[in-house]
Amino acid sequence: MRALKVIRAGPQMSVQDMGREGHLAFGLSRGGAADRLALWEGAALLGQSESCAALEMAGMGGVFEAAEDMRIALSGAPMAAAIDGVPVAWNASHSLAQGEHLSIGAARAGCYGYLHVGGGFDTEKRLGARAAHLVARIGGVVQKGDELPVAEDKGTRTGLTLPEPGRFKGGKVRLVPSVQTELFSAAELRRFGHTVFRRDAKGNRMGVRFVPEGDSFASEAGLSVLSEVIVPGDVQITGDGTPFVLLSECQTTGGYPRIGAVIPADLPRVAQAAPGVELRFEFMALEAAREIERKEAARRAGLGRTAQPLVRDPKDIPNLASYHLISGVTDGNAR
Amino acid sequence: MSGVRDSRWPMIRDAGFDGLLVSFGDTLGEAANRAALAFRAAVEAARIDGVTETSTSLVSTYVKFDPLSHPHETMRADLEQLLAKRDWFEARLPEGRRLWRIPTVFDGGRLGEAASAAGLSADEAVEQLSTARLRVQTIGFMPGMPYLGELSEAWDIPRQTELTAEVPKGGLCVAIRQLVLFPVATPTGWRQVGQTDFELFAPEREEPFLLRAGDEAIFEAVDVLGPEATYEEIE
Repeated sequence: MRALKVIRAGPQMSVQDMGREGHLAFGLSRGGAADRLALWEGAALLGQSESCAALEMAGMGGVFEAAEDMRIALSGAPMAAAIDGVPVAWNASHSLAQGEHLSIGAARAGCYGYLHVGGGFDTEKRLGARAAHLVARIGGVVQKGDELPVAEDKGTRTGLTLPEPGRFKGGKVRLVPSVQTELFSAAELRRFGHTVFRRDAKGNRMGVRFVPEGDSFASEAGLSVLSEVIVPGDVQITGDGTPFVLLSECQTTGGYPRIGAVIPADLPRVAQAAPGVELRFEFMALEAAREIERKEAARRAGLGRTAQPLVRDPKDIPNLASYHLISGVTDGNAR
Repeated sequence: MSGVRDSRWPMIRDAGFDGLLVSFGDTLGEAANRAALAFRAAVEAARIDGVTETSTSLVSTYVKFDPLSHPHETMRADLEQLLAKRDWFEARLPEGRRLWRIPTVFDGGRLGEAASAAGLSADEAVEQLSTARLRVQTIGFMPGMPYLGELSEAWDIPRQTELTAEVPKGGLCVAIRQLVLFPVATPTGWRQVGQTDFELFAPEREEPFLLRAGDEAIFEAVDVLGPEATYEEIE
């Protein structure tokens, strides 16, 4: 079987794709990759559809063995990666030969790293998608000993890289008004836009909490808002006055007032903000957001054209070490 | 609040970048809930271009759409036109609803506590809860999870201030004139009054979600769980 064997697994690895729409009325949120842009990037690196399922690794990767020759790509939060001990570039595509071991370490920045395979993972579709929805208990985390089936791969190219994504260190996140924005006074909204927030330790695929520098925030309605539909990107002001940004596995209704909604183009930046990272929110009008989303959609669709051949920096070529007789001793096990 | 008219409703509001929320009130009422369910059915039937998904909350219809192909102004105008077609507070509930009979063991948990909060004896409480024919007002929060109402005024009891560490899957809980049924074990502030073995959500099942908003249910008292829930089409 064409598969990727899991030799060692980090604590929160799951197969993810773009998730499943159409079940909101039944209380099931879309789910799918926490950082959807990373799926587009992996697809661009392998020259395949962004709908291919990938392995999402929260904070920590694992060790994998190819049951057959395959292509891989690495995207999202940068993690240390090596093939049979030889370091390989993140944000790039590589070939992984049958029997070779790919090891992926902890995230150096950001939260969610992604391992893509040529053809995509061919795990069972449930309710129209392969994405595990951990909260709804659709599928589950990937564990040591699992063999993830891999679909047939029509592509052959590897050794490509994309321009540095740079969404792993917080920064500015743009919001549009939403259902309960008007429950917040103009002064409170202004202050929200001028406040620096720090990503709290509390966060997962459902959402992340941000702690303001300075006072917390309050709406005029307090906590007496009737439960309404909530979706990924919504920024709830919870009982303690801090914002909680909803991500892909959020619940489908919520009773906390929403101060605004993060535009889809900036949601990956929120999902990838690691604990302690600083972030600011900036309100914008819907028309302006539409222009941003239009450009972002075009940029995503053209990502493949921005892929460049990996240039190997001689200092990164570990084989060199075996020829490099600094101390006069070579490693007899070097490949 | 049921039946009270207010010129503010229905109200259309932007819900983030790609949604519109059509609300029929800001407090839960039978007419507003019915209006939201009927309007959602109408939006689905109208097959409005650009709409990607719809759902309802207690008193609102949510419409998700693609603003890049159908800008907000167009979508809002389409929804306004549909709203103007009739008085949605007078609308009938959508077709194809079901009446469910769900066997329930009423005991233990916080039944006694809930009954006294409602000013009833435990027997009176069970009598009321097991005979009430309730509407699924909305499905939400967790996959397949129904909010059912409306119970009599006696049941307008608050949620507990502390959370119960875990109500088992299939647990039936009460507060604020509503019953909720949990699809998975969960901590909650709602008081558990009964236990069912009703599988609200099973992703591998042909019909993954059993209940729909607008369905009705009676939680029939049984001594021991075992009999399966049954349903009949309404009308």
